[in-house]
Amino acid sequence: MALLQIDNLRVRFGAFPAVDGVDLHVNAGEVLGIVGESGSGKSVSMMGLMGLIGAPGVVTADRCEFLGHELLKLSERERRRVVGRDVAMVFQDALTALNPSYTVGFQIEEVLKLHLGLKGRAARERAVALLEQVEIPDAARRLQAYPHELSGGMNQRVMIAMAIACGPKLLIADEPTTALDVTIQAQIVDLLLRLQREQGMALIMITHDLALVAGLAQRVAVMYAGQVVETGPVPALFDAPQHPYTQALLAALPEHNQGARRLQALPGIVPGAHDRPAGCLLSPRCPKVQPRCHAERPALVQGVRCFFPS
Amino acid sequence: MNSPFQEFWQGFKANRGAFIALLVFAALVLAAVFAPWLAPYDPIQQHRAHLLAPPVWMDGGSWQFVFGTDELGRDLLSRLLHGGRASLGLGLAAVVLSLVPGVLLGLLAAFYARSLGPVVMRVMDILLALPSLLLAICVITVLGPGLVNTVLAIAIGALPGFVRLTRAAALTELPKEYVTASRVAGAGTLRLMLVTVLPNCMAPLIVNASLGFSSAILAAAGLGFLGLGVQAPLPEWGTMLSSARDYIQRASWVVTLPGLTILTAVLSINLMGDGLRDALDPKLKRVH
Repeated sequence: MALLQIDNLRVRFGAFPAVDGVDLHVNAGEVLGIVGESGSGKSVSMMGLMGLIGAPGVVTADRCEFLGHELLKLSERERRRVVGRDVAMVFQDALTALNPSYTVGFQIEEVLKLHLGLKGRAARERAVALLEQVEIPDAARRLQAYPHELSGGMNQRVMIAMAIACGPKLLIADEPTTALDVTIQAQIVDLLLRLQREQGMALIMITHDLALVAGLAQRVAVMYAGQVVETGPVPALFDAPQHPYTQALLAALPEHNQGARRLQALPGIVPGAHDRPAGCLLSPRCPKVQPRCHAERPALVQGVRCFFPS
Repeated sequence: MNSPFQEFWQGFKANRGAFIALLVFAALVLAAVFAPWLAPYDPIQQHRAHLLAPPVWMDGGSWQFVFGTDELGRDLLSRLLHGGRASLGLGLAAVVLSLVPGVLLGLLAAFYARSLGPVVMRVMDILLALPSLLLAICVITVLGPGLVNTVLAIAIGALPGFVRLTRAAALTELPKEYVTASRVAGAGTLRLMLVTVLPNCMAPLIVNASLGFSSAILAAAGLGFLGLGVQAPLPEWGTMLSSARDYIQRASWVVTLPGLTILTAVLSINLMGDGLRDALDPKLKRVH
């Protein structure tokens, strides 16, 4: 049975569907990559799942089960207990994701106290151990530091230490490397993968970096305009993409454009609130568009949301 | 590694005006606290043989009454020292009584921006629409004059400022990721308000509280001058000023000395508040 099973997740802000019927599942100990361009609903779907969408957003789903709990039906109190302990999140910008008013040590110990009941010496020792686990040198001294005294990479490590503090079963990393430079990115990704393997937790990696996903995920879901357009196991999906959008994404990579003067790009932008097409959401931009694409919306069949997969 | 307090103290000390103001203010506070031991006489004792005796540095002054006496023969120095207790205590009480409810209302207005927020903010707008002195006079008309009611009147007048500041600061903090992270980790609303968000809203509040302190003293003096504040014979700077105004031509010191004391207190607090703002506001922070 899957650790997390989502059927037909929808998040709407007024009339605008930011997430439009997403089906996903994650098995225990698996790494799932979610890729897509800005505004495709990657982050919003995860926020909706975690109950972090407030008014005016509305979240609905046919099923949204984590470890047998129906997440959307839990009371606020129950969700805090379940979600806070077994699901953790790592955010894009670690500097704003840590509270600037408290030391790093205080913030880690707070999580330990809340969910594991550790206090005083025990909490302190565990916090040092966690910082060592995320490869922060001189961990005991770093506990006294405030977030603004640490670099971006260090802050992201602290964030990861806080996320794994309670031994979560699922870690959601929302573009964890976007705010970091390339060498640090590689270190953070290696760290996340090592921790995922050591702790046997499932990892959802939200990113728009295809190379990153290709290197670490077992399965990938490609999102476009609030829908999953293609999903499948990793080498296969990248070797033989079937959906025109996935093909276009891969064709835009510099590796596929050697010798060319310009990168191949998909013309146009993601449809917004007022220009959502009646048919397939990609139809205004799709290079292989047919008359049927303008009239009807395709469903996700065998991992591809296209009438004419290739 | 510097703690935020050390960093703040370094910044504050670098501002010489603010630092001197702090010393002056500390002296005023100490004088008020130790007034019963420092004052040479009882502040309401009348020396009938020495009505309107001039201070020591004027013709006819003597060391018996260093700052002279007022129209009833009461020692001015003793009255100023004791008056500091009333004025400063009143200012402090008014700030606390507007800060605490103001911060709570502001946080509620920010966290429940769709339900409770508009109601709170419209009530604050109504309070803001009235001139603060008029508002204070209204409150005192209803409650009656006296020390406690003066504090309440001034506190109600200062409330909207704190509510608006807190709400604005909290609204800028709320969408930040550390608040979301705290929610994911399972923090409840009360914890989010007081532990997660509030400490990050403190800088403008501290500055406003220090400036509010001086305006509360000024407002109390104004009300005292109008005869609505602290009632005679209790010494209070504004009341002293008011009762002495008939003698302004014959005995300038009975007006000048309380006036100068109010000026010194308000000026030192304002300079201190400026220093606090410079030290706490990261946008104004100079590169060391």
